Amino acid sequence: MSTKNFIPLNELCSHYQVEMSFFSELHDNGLIEVITIKKTLYIHQDKITDVEKIVRLHNELEINLAGIDAIFQLLQKLNEKENELIQLKNKLHFYQH
Amino acid sequence: MAFIDYYKILEIDKSATVDDIKKAYRKMARKYHPDLNPNDNVAVAKFKEINEANEVLSNPENRKKYDKYGKDWKHADELDKQKEQQQYNRSQQSNYGNASENDYSDFFESMFGGGASRGNRSQVKYKGQDLNAELKLNIRDVYTTHKHTIIINGKNVRFTIPAGLKNEQVLRIIGHGGEGMNGGPNGDLLIKFIIENNTKFKLDNDNLHVTIDLDLYKAMLGGTVNVDTFDGNVTLKVKPETQNGTKVKLKGKGFPVYKKEGTFGDLLITYNIILPTNLTEKERALFTELSKLRAI
Repeated sequence: MSTKNFIPLNELCSHYQVEMSFFSELHDNGLIEVITIKKTLYIHQDKITDVEKIVRLHNELEINLAGIDAIFQLLQKLNEKENELIQLKNKLHFYQH
Repeated sequence: MAFIDYYKILEIDKSATVDDIKKAYRKMARKYHPDLNPNDNVAVAKFKEINEANEVLSNPENRKKYDKYGKDWKHADELDKQKEQQQYNRSQQSNYGNASENDYSDFFESMFGGGASRGNRSQVKYKGQDLNAELKLNIRDVYTTHKHTIIINGKNVRFTIPAGLKNEQVLRIIGHGGEGMNGGPNGDLLIKFIIENNTKFKLDNDNLHVTIDLDLYKAMLGGTVNVDTFDGNVTLKVKPETQNGTKVKLKGKGFPVYKKEGTFGDLLITYNIILPTNLTEKERALFTELSKLRAI
């Protein structure tokens, strides 16, 4: 498997100044997906935004991983509700004109 | 520079202990953290205030200076030195004249200015501010996925507009917002799309609706009709005895489904039957005959 689009976890550890165990816990809690390519652990580059958010919530607000998981799910619901609101507004627009 | 009441920001009183400050900061940071308040610039501004208040009040030395000098707390050492000097001058009955405390403060403001550099006070990395923009597009512009370039702060920002984008939908372009502080990441650019529809089609989710006129004879006897769709013309068969308001569905001829390349909604056609006007004598006679046939 190609490592293109994947970032090695050890690079992320030094960048965010966190231990490798932090990423293992994230993986165990289902917050990120870690894959192994030739004995090296990687994360997909599309997930970096999530990782950054997790690190910030963990470091700045001292929220544990279970809390972060709950927050992510609520944010996802919020996002879905916002999209639903847009759809309903557009539907209303459809009947008003 | 306006005075900022850090105690008020953290909703604590002046007698608050270090623990109270910590507790108040945590509570408010959790409330206003930008990650927990996506697309909310008010929360971002509030979060910065909270951090600033915490940095000052959680440091006993800074807090002491702030309590004593308020907005000029950053110049506390200079102010103390100047006060000592002033007292010395008074005692020496200096001919230079005495400046009032207010003049003194003005003097310092003129020396250091309200926006004096924060130096290395803040070590917290802040993500840059998210920028909001609005982009008006025509409904035909979002029928196909395409690249679009806009200029933000003199820089070209090129991004993909996916087909099926809806009115008022917001796209986040990561890293194209305000610059991060203290090495923090750049903010994002949030583009709200206003989709203008000046076509005869009405959009309802992914389905397009259109009303087409049908003359009485085609409605009664059947035939074919040409219908414009977003991707060309189609010929439809009209059943004999089609009623006014009849709806016909053209599957997959509607609007593209957002981020589902190749998937489309339906096109719903409503027939509007037009009755003939300005009848000739012959037509009137024939209609009369028809009506008599119906009466039997």
